[in-house]
Amino acid sequence: MIPDKIELEIVTPERKVLSETVDSVVIPGAQGYLGVLPGHAPLLTGLMIGELSYVQDGKEHVLAVSQGYAEVLRGKVSVLAERCEKAEEIDVDRAEKSKQRAEEVLNRKDVPMDEFRRAELRIQRAIARIQAKSHGLG
Amino acid sequence: MSKTRDIKRRIRSVSNTMQLTKAMKMVSAAKMRRATDNIVAARPFAHNMRAVLRSLAARANAEVHPLLQITGNENVELLVVTGDKGLCGSFNTNINKTAHNFIKAEQRKGERVFDLHAVGKRGVDYFRRRNFTIHRAWIDVLRQVEYATAKEIARDMMDRYVTGELDAIYLVYNEFKSAISQHPVVERLLPIEPIVPAEDETAEDYIYEPGPEVLLDTLLRRHVEVQVYTALLESVAAEHGARMTAMDSASRNAGDLIDRLTLHMNRVRQAAITTEIIEVVSGAQALG
Repeated sequence: MIPDKIELEIVTPERKVLSETVDSVVIPGAQGYLGVLPGHAPLLTGLMIGELSYVQDGKEHVLAVSQGYAEVLRGKVSVLAERCEKAEEIDVDRAEKSKQRAEEVLNRKDVPMDEFRRAELRIQRAIARIQAKSHGLG
Repeated sequence: MSKTRDIKRRIRSVSNTMQLTKAMKMVSAAKMRRATDNIVAARPFAHNMRAVLRSLAARANAEVHPLLQITGNENVELLVVTGDKGLCGSFNTNINKTAHNFIKAEQRKGERVFDLHAVGKRGVDYFRRRNFTIHRAWIDVLRQVEYATAKEIARDMMDRYVTGELDAIYLVYNEFKSAISQHPVVERLLPIEPIVPAEDETAEDYIYEPGPEVLLDTLLRRHVEVQVYTALLESVAAEHGARMTAMDSASRNAGDLIDRLTLHMNRVRQAAITTEIIEVVSGAQALG
């Protein structure tokens, strides 16, 4: 039997972000964005930094997530992300500043490898936040 | 007369202290409540992750993962979690002693090299005074425990474990039992205890993106991070609990002391009056 709704649950180590009944979810999977409708085959995927969106009562909601993973079962999607913010919680100024700082690091020539990587991740997170905010409220 | 004044001064100073300890008790109570909320909030994540890890272990070949390999027992590291501040009864002493005894007991078993990863100023000071090598000291991270901190600590340890620099890592922290009881525990962090694969997994056939081995690797790493994170949260809650009890008994002691001093003061005053009366009476008698 195929259920017609999905239980979406998003948790981070720090809190439970949301737990809702929704119509569909789009997950930023490790190998690309993927859409999940009710009755999707069981799936376990890593998450990349990006936007996670879901549709509830015809309205789309957007969140910014960073690394973690998502488990899809027939009628349930659990997302475990290291960080996750709803569009309305995102502070765009902060994201912009963080992006700028990270860009400065990337432009320097003498940065050690791990610092370079960290700056890259920072940029990705900042971009995901900025986009989630503009899509979520647009 | 000067004696009663001295006692009065004492009483005043004790009651000032009592106000202070009372206020600290209230503050600790509030902080403890927030800390326990954090522990509760962290539970779903840890719970869900363990479940996924077990179902994954049934599929991927978990035994060959480097974080599960037992390589030896020469180089051992302890992650000791204490508090940054004192005034919390035996909280810090207990942890430091437990860690120290653990090291002594292990060293008696054979030649082992220990180094430390200390979170909290109290632990850092204790072991520095005793000339232990502290690989890294984390001070002032407990006021607001963040996942990123736990991640950084865990990363550092895992990297050195995988390269073979360390053979085992233990975690020493105060477990939060209730507001009035907390007790020190020693847990092995690495190598990870073998994960019992879930049994009823044949029913659902998962799609894995990317493959199960890659997922297992990231999940195991995250598992270690979460363990460190929970330990930090537990320790913070336990610290506030310990401080609350310590301050409560301090306030009670101050109250008792004030009572005793007041009684003493009254007696001294009474004695002074009596002496004076006797003096007056005997003076009058001598004249009469």
